[in-house]
Amino acid sequence: MNEIIESVKNLSIGFNSQTGKQISILRNVTTNIKKGETVGIVGESGSGKSTLALAMMGYIKQGLFALEGECIFKSEDLLKMNSRQLEKIRGRKIAMIPQNAGQALTPNLKIGYQIDEALKLHTDLNKNERDNKISELLNKVRLPSPETMAFRYPHELSGGQQQRVAVAMALAGKPDLLLLDEPTTGLDVTTQAHVLELLRFIAKDTGTSMIYVSHDLGAIAQVSDRIVVMYAGEIVLEGPARKILKEPIHPYTFGLLKSIPKLSLTGLPDSMPGSQPQPGSISDGCSFYERCNLASDKCKNNSPELEYLNNLDTSVRCFNHKDLIQENKLHHSTITRKDTVQKNNNVLNLKDVSITYAKQKFFDQLLNKISDENPTVKDINLDINKGETIALVGESGSGKSTILKSIAGLLKTKDGQIKFINERILSSDLKLRDPNDLRAIQLIFQNPDESLNPNHTVEQILTQPLKLYFNLTGNELKKNIIDLLKKVRLGEFYMSRYPRQLSGGEKQRVAVARAFAAKPDIILCDEVTSALDVSVQAAVLNLLQKLKEDLGTTYIFVSHDLAVVRAISDRVAVLYQGRLCEIGPSQNVYNYPSHPYTEVLLGAVLEPDPDIKPKLVAEDIVEEKPPEKGCSFQGRCPRKLGDICNKEVPPWQIGENGNAIRCHIKINELKNLQNV
Amino acid sequence: MLLLILKRIGLGLITLFIVSLITFVGVEVLPGDACTTYLEREAYGPALDACIKRLGLDIPSYQRYLDWAANVVRGDFGYSLSGEMPINEVLGPRVKNSLVLASVSILIGIPLAIVLGIITALWRDKLPDIIISTITIFSMTIPEFISATLLILIVAIWLGWLPGIVIIPSDATFYELLSNIILPVVAISMIMTAHMARMVRSSVIQVMASDYVQMAILKGVPYWKMVFRHVLPNALLPAINVVALTIAWLLGGVVVTEVVFNYPGLGRLVIESISNRDLPVVQALAIILASIYVGINLIADLMTLMLNPRLKSLQIKK
Repeated sequence: MNEIIESVKNLSIGFNSQTGKQISILRNVTTNIKKGETVGIVGESGSGKSTLALAMMGYIKQGLFALEGECIFKSEDLLKMNSRQLEKIRGRKIAMIPQNAGQALTPNLKIGYQIDEALKLHTDLNKNERDNKISELLNKVRLPSPETMAFRYPHELSGGQQQRVAVAMALAGKPDLLLLDEPTTGLDVTTQAHVLELLRFIAKDTGTSMIYVSHDLGAIAQVSDRIVVMYAGEIVLEGPARKILKEPIHPYTFGLLKSIPKLSLTGLPDSMPGSQPQPGSISDGCSFYERCNLASDKCKNNSPELEYLNNLDTSVRCFNHKDLIQENKLHHSTITRKDTVQKNNNVLNLKDVSITYAKQKFFDQLLNKISDENPTVKDINLDINKGETIALVGESGSGKSTILKSIAGLLKTKDGQIKFINERILSSDLKLRDPNDLRAIQLIFQNPDESLNPNHTVEQILTQPLKLYFNLTGNELKKNIIDLLKKVRLGEFYMSRYPRQLSGGEKQRVAVARAFAAKPDIILCDEVTSALDVSVQAAVLNLLQKLKEDLGTTYIFVSHDLAVVRAISDRVAVLYQGRLCEIGPSQNVYNYPSHPYTEVLLGAVLEPDPDIKPKLVAEDIVEEKPPEKGCSFQGRCPRKLGDICNKEVPPWQIGENGNAIRCHIKINELKNLQNV
Repeated sequence: MLLLILKRIGLGLITLFIVSLITFVGVEVLPGDACTTYLEREAYGPALDACIKRLGLDIPSYQRYLDWAANVVRGDFGYSLSGEMPINEVLGPRVKNSLVLASVSILIGIPLAIVLGIITALWRDKLPDIIISTITIFSMTIPEFISATLLILIVAIWLGWLPGIVIIPSDATFYELLSNIILPVVAISMIMTAHMARMVRSSVIQVMASDYVQMAILKGVPYWKMVFRHVLPNALLPAINVVALTIAWLLGGVVVTEVVFNYPGLGRLVIESISNRDLPVVQALAIILASIYVGINLIADLMTLMLNPRLKSLQIKK
């Protein structure tokens, strides 16, 4: 067990900047991987975790090069090998499971061929044996009908299936070490939990060592024996998983764990100030100095060494870690949200809304006939109160973003009405909407890189809504812009900056400021924190809450991250295949989930705690279309009754906690079923 | 799939119909008609009347369009004015000559372009790329009449290796043509190859940077196997459409080169018949060139569909 399989020694990787300066993105990294062990490498974007993982296969991305150090695999330095030698090791001794299998599988080659390729390269099996091996591998990763799967193209599989194929491909060469680069990022919650379970099983079954790279401490917690925490290209903390997650003795890890929203906690997580320094701008002192609340003068000028603490079996890079050891346990404090909901003061009503993506056929268009195909989103009824944050949750394809688009007027509804303040009906056609209504409903998008014009300065970005809606000019305009920036906690000097000069969190703040510039009544938030790092996410969530408390705005918040939703929302609506399953006050939905789908969804959430295991209640099948008849969840429901679920749309029933669900089983009975 | 092919063919026919209508109307609204332009100063009195009668210009124009269109469908383009011979006989050898020039250029130019594009992409920013890219950009920017003239000057006049201009009758045999077309082919290939090589280069570079290529490397696939299995099939798919446009351009659009080398192809026929005001021939050429473009693009689209598994199953699903 203690045999070391690969050791990284004093590795630095960097690139030459345009000014000819050498900039390192990985600095003096030293770590060992033992046989049979799973090591989690965790860090936020830009921390160098992927660069480290790829270097451990002897692969350095174009433009980068190793400045010093070595990666020793079985007493040979991978970084000194030529491509011939590396081909013998890659796939055979060390195999990789990539982040996005959909893009990592070659589109023009069948699944079977791609696995066969690995077998041909790394085993001596003949054609027949290889064919058997392929079905055996596909079976092992639990893919349905392995015989026909081999003849399919990557794009014909769902995201979870593609990821399983990538796992099968990696296992083909029977590697000693598996490298997983964010293997579950981008998958749905339930799929993610299933893939992780598979990986855990494989590690145990084959005794393979694994390096699991992720930004998601929840996933890391489920698989790792040991955790390496990276920050700004350095290892800042390394030790046994349980210790790192429960008693972190580095202030960054401490702050990171505190900034993750958790299912068991109400209220917003603590945020960490600032953001990770960019490569090249790292000073002589500790790279975490500017964000650290334990920092002293010593930290400013001296960079701490990675220090091994024998009694804890942990290495830490901090001068003041003793202070954290004294604090001992990680206690989770949250910031309580002020209740701003004005009951019975509706700002938005959705009545029987249905939306379809089906295109009208030519003749139907002539006859002004609406397509009778089963709509993507159906029978949505929502009353939204002023000052409320209502969250729409569900996996991809649940129709949550579709509903947002319709409220914004970007997508026409097929049936039903959207009513605004004073019962006024909003046209589903954007062109027919009153300009004032357009102002009153604003959108914040997922990715600020795409929603902010890269050629506009922050000032220009914020000028547009102010000019368009309020005709502001001159000093007044400038004053308003500065006010807005202050509201999102950005200084005046940001006005002349371009989006590319801002960090991810700062960009999203500008996007928030732009939405608030219109003085809207309702803001539609479409996965606004999904593209952000955890420590920055908490800050943006806190900012949104603060703005709402000050200005009385209403949020419709779409997210796939159930813990984030718990932290920010007053009410939650759970959607499956474009149909509502359960709706109720967040507290109650999370504490007493009633609908089988809510139960499945919440059970699959990964908590950053090795003692909380996900509960996998239903299979992670992907359904492409909502069923024509009956309950939307009939295909995957673990509590399906039978024919009635296939034929009749379940009725609404309201439980004692105020949760309304759509199910054929009595709500109290569902409670009992969950306890069995 | 079959439905899709039929649909695309239908759309192509509609395009051709519109082209024919536009050329016909265009000729109609021009001041004067075929007789006045043909007879020039003698366009008066009985000569004009006779001409009008002979060409049937006294029939209402829609009637004439229908007759003409019906004949075209049957493959009969009518009579040319200047030579007073059937247009089919005028066109026949020209089409053949253009086909010879185009196919020789294609056989040399396209493989060369693909190979150069791949070399420049795989050795990106290294010496082979720098040399080849400089040359291709250079030959792309020089207008063809200059490069063609320079070729004549150097190869034909100074060195005297090859005939400078083509002085063979338009109905010469394939072998007679071959020695004459070397210079035109070189001139055309310079531009064509350069354009396509740049396209292939950027396409290959894009695919080389993709996740699946990185995955193939990390799977231990040897370099050249990776290039041929994982890179090229995906990188060359978008090239099919460019190749199609190039072929269409070669058949009818290399006017300048044909004129400089005095090559009796379709391009030069366009110029000649326009300057001769031989309107029936112009009409016929418009239809033929449009058919070539429509046909070749149709083939290219269908090929892309067949070769790209992603599009193929999308179509089948529908």
